[in-house]
Amino acid sequence: MNYIEAKGLRKTYGASVALDGIDLHIGEGRIVGMIGPNGAGKTTALNAIVGLTSYQGELSVLGRDPWTERDALMRDVCFITDVAVLPRWIRVSQALDFVAAIHPRFDRAKAEAFLSKTTIRRSAKVSELSKGMVTQLHLGLVMAIDARVLVLDEPTLGLDLLYRKQFYDTLLADFLERPRTVLVATHQVEEIQHVLTDVLFIDRGRIVFERSMDDIESRYQEVFVHPDRLASARALNPIAERQGVGHSVLLFEGADRQKLAGMGDMRTPSLADLFLAVMSGRTTQGART
Amino acid sequence: MNNLYWSIRRELWENRSVYLAPLIVGGVVLFGFFIGLAKLPGQLRSASPENVHQIVESPYVVGALMLMGAQLIVSIFYCLDALYGERRDRSVLFWKSMPVSDVTTVLAKALIPVLVLPLLTWVLTVATGGVMLILSGVVLPANGLSASLVTSHLSLFQIAWYNLGHLVAFHGLWYAPLYAWLLLVSAWATRVPFLWAVLPPAALVVVERIAFNSRIAAGLLQQLFMGEPAPGARTSGMTMESMMPTPDFVIRPGLWAGLAITAVLLYGAVRLRRSRGVI
Repeated sequence: MNYIEAKGLRKTYGASVALDGIDLHIGEGRIVGMIGPNGAGKTTALNAIVGLTSYQGELSVLGRDPWTERDALMRDVCFITDVAVLPRWIRVSQALDFVAAIHPRFDRAKAEAFLSKTTIRRSAKVSELSKGMVTQLHLGLVMAIDARVLVLDEPTLGLDLLYRKQFYDTLLADFLERPRTVLVATHQVEEIQHVLTDVLFIDRGRIVFERSMDDIESRYQEVFVHPDRLASARALNPIAERQGVGHSVLLFEGADRQKLAGMGDMRTPSLADLFLAVMSGRTTQGART
Repeated sequence: MNNLYWSIRRELWENRSVYLAPLIVGGVVLFGFFIGLAKLPGQLRSASPENVHQIVESPYVVGALMLMGAQLIVSIFYCLDALYGERRDRSVLFWKSMPVSDVTTVLAKALIPVLVLPLLTWVLTVATGGVMLILSGVVLPANGLSASLVTSHLSLFQIAWYNLGHLVAFHGLWYAPLYAWLLLVSAWATRVPFLWAVLPPAALVVVERIAFNSRIAAGLLQQLFMGEPAPGARTSGMTMESMMPTPDFVIRPGLWAGLAITAVLLYGAVRLRRSRGVI
């Protein structure tokens, strides 16, 4: 059984279409990145998955309908949508007490251990913590919950680089210790690249690209082409091209590696470059039609 | 039950004003009583026998009324913010990530004004009365008067009993539709919940008055939200005894109609909490 399964998932707000029929098949033990521009429908999709919003189409999370069976689902699913949603009045100790009392899968010792590695005092109120510390606290609480599905919506937005890196390192370390399924939406692509097992690009309410990271590694190549060989390289049908210093960078999909090797240095493209290539392809298509 | 208990605790962590405000009022009452103590012996000496009772009892009754008033005001403001504030500061996203149902959450929020605050107010009232009694017991003998002057005219247990009855019956159960209405508005409004809570009923009354020159809506609203005046309250003035609900309170149709309306309004609040997002 897939952990998250969607078929023709749609959501409209009046005349505007937030989700235009998306399909998802996410199994156990995946870390899936959902990447897309602002307003692409990421948050709507994640909100539907954690039962915060109603929807049309079929959706099941751990075999349950998130909208009608939300209360039961929340024992197995945890989510962080948005940074700094912890109530400002709560004390760290109160937050620990509350979650420990309420959540059957919460491991208090684990949360305490995580917090003791930070500078967060138990007696501090959330309003006294910095934005980064609030996120650490929230992450510490959520990571100590043995949830089977974890949904993160822009969990590091507005944090400085140090906290962002720490966040994803913690996420990965925890994942390696205890596999679960993680779905994370962001537009800060670079930092999550090395954490993901799969990636989805979403644009204007549709999934426009869907690959495992292994797939990307074997199918996509980026070649640094010297101007002399540019014409012959272009003949191999790159899907995107950009200008570097003293060379052009051509992106190929499913091209013959041996032929590409003769054109220049080759590497696996970053998700950011792939994203730009896919998205700009869509924009020009859109302009043509 | 566990979730309900912790949700109520959570409310008290967040809304410290619900017990701090009555506590402060209790302090103010005590302070006033303390000042008045200076002339209490003189008053008691010169009072006619029938007035003694009134002089002795009055501070306890006034104190109880003050605390009841504080409880009502605190409850109204609590309800207006209960489901509005969490959406405005986005913390609802955290609460909803916990396995606590909307029903439990709304019920916990409703129980604060319906049950927790009346009981808390009662405890504070009894404590305040107890301190006043001790103060009298010290001051009167020091002025050559017998402390039994107070105790013979005052049965603190009876006052406490009437007070408890009034708080639970009227401030809790009878006003439940008022609290539920405020919670519903609080779950619905995206801004100024206070105005949304007050204006529609006011508009209804005004339109009815002007269009039909009738006062059915006004009468109903008054009965529903402000309660029927306690029997005898109008005729015999505000004594503690008159505030005690009579035994027929539990079979009054108004009570049960009110509780039914409360259930409907709370159901609406649960639905709204589920479907409404952050502001």
